[in-house]
Amino acid sequence: MEGEVEPLHRALGLTDDEFGDIVGILGREPNHLELALFGVMWSEHCSYKSSRVHLQRLPTEGPGVLVGPGENAGVIDAGDGIAVAIRIESHNHPSAIEPHQGAATGVGGILRDIFTMGARPLALMDPLSFGPLDDARQRWLLEGVVSGISSYGNAVGVPTVGGELTFDPCYEQNPLVNVLCMGALPVERLVLGAASGPGNLVVLLGASTGRDGIGGVSVLASAGFDGASSGGASDQSKRPSVQVGDPYEEKRLIEACLELLDARLVVGIQDLGGAGLACATSETAARGRVGMDVDLSAVVRREGGMQPWEVMTSESQERMLAIVTPEDWPTVAGVCARWEVRASVIGRVTEPDVEEGRRVARLRIREHPGGPVLADVPAAALADEGPRYHRPMARPADFEVRLDDGPERLAPPDDCGADLLSLLSDAAWVYRQYDHQLFLNTVEGPGGDAALLRLAGPGLPPSRRGVAVTTDGNPRWCAVDPRAGTAMLVAEAVANLACVGARAVAVVNCCNFGNPEHPTVMWQLSEAIDGMAEACRALELPVIGGNVSLYNESGGVDILPTPVIGALGLVEVLTGRAPGVGWEEGSTLVLVSPQAPRSRPMLGGSRWAVECRNHRSGRLPRLDLEAHGRVVSFVAGLVAAEVGQGAGLVGAVHDVSGGGLGVALAEMAVAGRVGARIGGIENHLELFAETPSRFVVATRRPGELVASAGAAGLRVDVLGTVGGDELSIEGLLAVSVERLAGRSAGALPLALGEQR
Amino acid sequence: MAQKAGVVVFPGTNCEHDVAGALRLVGAEPIFLWHGEATVRGVDVVVLPGGFAHGDYLRPGAIARFSPVMEAVAAFAASGGPVVGICNGFQVLTEAGLLPGALQKNRTLRFMCTTVDLVVTSDRSALTAGVPAGTTLRIPVNNFDGSYVCDDRVLDELRAEERIVLRYQENPNGSVDDIAAICNAGRNVVGLMPHPERASSKLIGSDDGLVLLRALLAARIG
Repeated sequence: MEGEVEPLHRALGLTDDEFGDIVGILGREPNHLELALFGVMWSEHCSYKSSRVHLQRLPTEGPGVLVGPGENAGVIDAGDGIAVAIRIESHNHPSAIEPHQGAATGVGGILRDIFTMGARPLALMDPLSFGPLDDARQRWLLEGVVSGISSYGNAVGVPTVGGELTFDPCYEQNPLVNVLCMGALPVERLVLGAASGPGNLVVLLGASTGRDGIGGVSVLASAGFDGASSGGASDQSKRPSVQVGDPYEEKRLIEACLELLDARLVVGIQDLGGAGLACATSETAARGRVGMDVDLSAVVRREGGMQPWEVMTSESQERMLAIVTPEDWPTVAGVCARWEVRASVIGRVTEPDVEEGRRVARLRIREHPGGPVLADVPAAALADEGPRYHRPMARPADFEVRLDDGPERLAPPDDCGADLLSLLSDAAWVYRQYDHQLFLNTVEGPGGDAALLRLAGPGLPPSRRGVAVTTDGNPRWCAVDPRAGTAMLVAEAVANLACVGARAVAVVNCCNFGNPEHPTVMWQLSEAIDGMAEACRALELPVIGGNVSLYNESGGVDILPTPVIGALGLVEVLTGRAPGVGWEEGSTLVLVSPQAPRSRPMLGGSRWAVECRNHRSGRLPRLDLEAHGRVVSFVAGLVAAEVGQGAGLVGAVHDVSGGGLGVALAEMAVAGRVGARIGGIENHLELFAETPSRFVVATRRPGELVASAGAAGLRVDVLGTVGGDELSIEGLLAVSVERLAGRSAGALPLALGEQR
Repeated sequence: MAQKAGVVVFPGTNCEHDVAGALRLVGAEPIFLWHGEATVRGVDVVVLPGGFAHGDYLRPGAIARFSPVMEAVAAFAASGGPVVGICNGFQVLTEAGLLPGALQKNRTLRFMCTTVDLVVTSDRSALTAGVPAGTTLRIPVNNFDGSYVCDDRVLDELRAEERIVLRYQENPNGSVDDIAAICNAGRNVVGLMPHPERASSKLIGSDDGLVLLRALLAARIG
């Protein structure tokens, strides 16, 4: 029997160099359990080893920031004694293998990140990307993902108030399932995931620990898929690494934890997500600079025969780790019993060791108290001292050539109306399956530019404020130019918030990219982060959290770069509904944009170029961030006067984005159920260009609007008037509102094979 | 003095705060009734709010009917006390035998969250007393198992006794006879799938639900 046996560290996803580092840290060879701990904690998913050096370039500070990146969620001060927590994550790899459970556990995981901070989760959003639906597997993935989000989110009792739906062939083998959660808390309840107080108890709350999800972060999330048409056998064999969710367990866990936090019964708390107990114990210990002794026999298991490394790395869902004083433990146990939440003391906080004059907080794992030590590792070595790579980066050789190959040269459409119709599709089929109303906060729900919610919830001080949330991703823009494309995403997100009257105060990001070992992918990531940093600096927006999902590849082919921006906005006074997208008969339509000489519209990365002509190169339209900021704050102010005082100046508002002015106008006509007569759009370039910083506003007092926009130094073009039963754009198209609405509402059900 | 409105909370219930808030808007004092305690604590009306009691495991309401509080709710109902089950609460009431029939999966076989138009079809119930028949109300529905079903005998009885309280203007889920709400023979126990508390303010789209909640608090069933 010759044959080479793969060394254990490689099987656990560690390189030979990383193994050497571990030997250096420990001063000896690690045993199997220790190696398993390093394997999960130093995985790409947990350690951000490829991205960390780039993420450092993002601005993270701002006046309202209470908690920035690195904690379980970012938190900002929203005023009135209320703090808002927000986080976004990906569950791409699990969802590719098992869409229902993958998406469901993505929801469960993000909720725990939010209530770990002491916040009650109040809203979810799900940006999703799939391959085109003419393929049965894509329909299976979409249906499974939506049913997973719906069944988990609805049952756990957190409304899903928005999201995005993107289709592109690059996602066929590797769909993207991102999930954002926003929660709120009384400022004084803010807690951090740190252990403290030697002698305090380490308490595991929630579900029992099983063999599900072992290696989720290392087997699944830190490697690509083999691909080979509709999920190869080796990809399918990863299904046991996908966890299974139980929203009922999570609901009780949320209520129990919030009650414990309200009564100040916990010293620190941390959710168990990727890398399970290994992550929760080492991170809380490292943050608190204290040691921790763990007693594995106290971990309640759902099956016999589990090895120590399995217990420590299991990703069984619906579990939390709390640090509790011995005096409070009986009360904690009582609260948990009432909510039928299991609570077991699985360890103790310890004094750091003193080694060569340094205090070293060590994680020590035993099977029984007093038994032999099975693993003995500095907590910070697992949590903070993972490898950081400056991976090679390379701009694609044809980058310049592709920029110069613009779609503006393509033949104009024979029928602009047909192209416009093909670009219409609303996501109602998806969001009707989500409870988007719970908590009675949803003033503007899914389907609009951004969700607008009352800043209210059980246990929060009263407030008249509102909070707005949006997510924006665009692989078409970012494929053409990841840097400019990502800057445009940030711009788009703040424009969406402005449409509901909100001023942007913070962003989070979810960076979905391919294999970081491919130099062009690292270049995309680096460029995207620079574009994000530039836009956030110019717009004075702190980045308060993020998630990086790499190895989104299949058969060696990477997905298009897909950074997703989640943006949070605030409204000072929310007492009335936002005008929304739907315009009303008799209104005048004006386009508000920056004062700038008219230049030739650029269609690179536009929906028209990609979806109607399959042309994927060219240049993005120019974005002037300073001018963008001015237009956005003007529009946010206009709409804030509507939701705050019912000013009556704005009848409808929509930003110009994917599909350009044509799609914006069509969506307004569909929402308003009335047509319009439009002039002054010269050609298909002007109709479909996605030039940023533009808003269509419907008003009955155009003189007043033009004057105030002029006073703000902005350009205003009167586009036409609302009325009639068709959308008529002089010289380009005339389509009945009925056809626009039919296509918009019917496209998705039709693609899914459902009759309407 | 404000009427005391008991709001039953099972583990997995998730609309209790919303219902309590809406009840406060119409002048009631909400009191949470924990599922494990066999008492309604002297309240004037009882509301079973929506959610997923006990995870809806087995089927909606199947486990909740065994929670100790349900004995007290049944006794309260038997003494003529007004009891309203909203959505999951309706499902619990049918499982507990306090209302006839059952709720089955929507005909789309999907969860459905949308706003519907309802027509009041009887003003003789704890939820609609004083609301003229023919009144239309715009109120959200939010459920997977929202399609009301019963056998022909029960349906004849419900019709003959005017116990169909609300009907959908456009049936969203396949409910028999467009039924959105029914009451018991005593007219004091009402189950409805739509969520009146979700129509408690124009800011969130409609305040038509307050019409029903006001009627509930005013209800004096002889």
